[in-house]
Amino acid sequence: MSAHNTHASGEAHGTRRDYLIGFGLSVVLTAVPFALVMLGQLDKQTTALFVMGAALVQIVVHMVYFLHMNTRSEGGWTFMALVFTAVLVVITLAGSLWVMHHLNANMMPDMQQIQAMG
Amino acid sequence: MSAMTPIGPSFYLTEEDHHPEGSTALGFWMYLMSDCLIFAVLFATYGVLGTAYAGGPTPAELFDLPLVALNTSMLLLSSITYGFAMIAMGEGRQRAVLGWLGITGLFGAAFLGIEMYEFAHLIHEGATPQRSAFLSSFWTLVGTHGLHVFFGLVWLVVLMVQVARRGLIEANQRRVQCLSMFWHFLDVVWIGVFTFVYLLGVLR
Repeated sequence: MSAHNTHASGEAHGTRRDYLIGFGLSVVLTAVPFALVMLGQLDKQTTALFVMGAALVQIVVHMVYFLHMNTRSEGGWTFMALVFTAVLVVITLAGSLWVMHHLNANMMPDMQQIQAMG
Repeated sequence: MSAMTPIGPSFYLTEEDHHPEGSTALGFWMYLMSDCLIFAVLFATYGVLGTAYAGGPTPAELFDLPLVALNTSMLLLSSITYGFAMIAMGEGRQRAVLGWLGITGLFGAAFLGIEMYEFAHLIHEGATPQRSAFLSSFWTLVGTHGLHVFFGLVWLVVLMVQVARRGLIEANQRRVQCLSMFWHFLDVVWIGVFTFVYLLGVLR
């Protein structure tokens, strides 16, 4: 990350090299998941894991090379805000899916109960 | 009790600290993080409702992956061209900034054009938001992202006029910097959209 030149005001700007590295990595991390799904060579579960993994890595790549995220800019406050947001996002996503999955699995009447009600 | 000296607040700030120029970037980042939460909720909604087809069309029947790949490349290209605009701004080359911003705008418009084509196709197939819970959450999530890109484009055009008329003054540099964060942020959200909505949807 020494390639980042930081202005007096503390905002980091990327260099041309940063943007090109980020772009190259993003192209690979986009093309591979699309190819995996469109060609369908692997089984579904492995493909899904690869696709989600590539997305996570690409999000980090964008954060570092395009948004110039680091732990120092603005006295570390941008990074703190990002970590806090990431925690909320994980709670929102995981919590919603978890609770709603169990509601769906446990609360929906099955066929015998529906027949008993009728 | 009476022996106690009042220790209450010992000082008050009568003047705010001077905010360095960079604080706008921090404030704008806070806005982006709150926007991120909006998208998190929409993703969670899609995650819960995404398989409720109500006997209607499924993602595999609806989505055209080559078109989505083209769309994704448009947005990614617009990200790198915006990066070049930022570099040109750092070098103080106003015409280059305007040129790269213009190219970014064209890629952004191409993205929106392809998305509108896809939406028109979906409506034509009867895959409207009221068809199923899956489609309601799909339209809300992807539509919200599309609206963000649209307003980003409006902002981009306004900013190009400002840069053309006033040059790369400090205020304009700050604005270009903020739009840069907004634009790259939209690309980050799109990673989530093409992964969880399109790729994993077709895979299901």
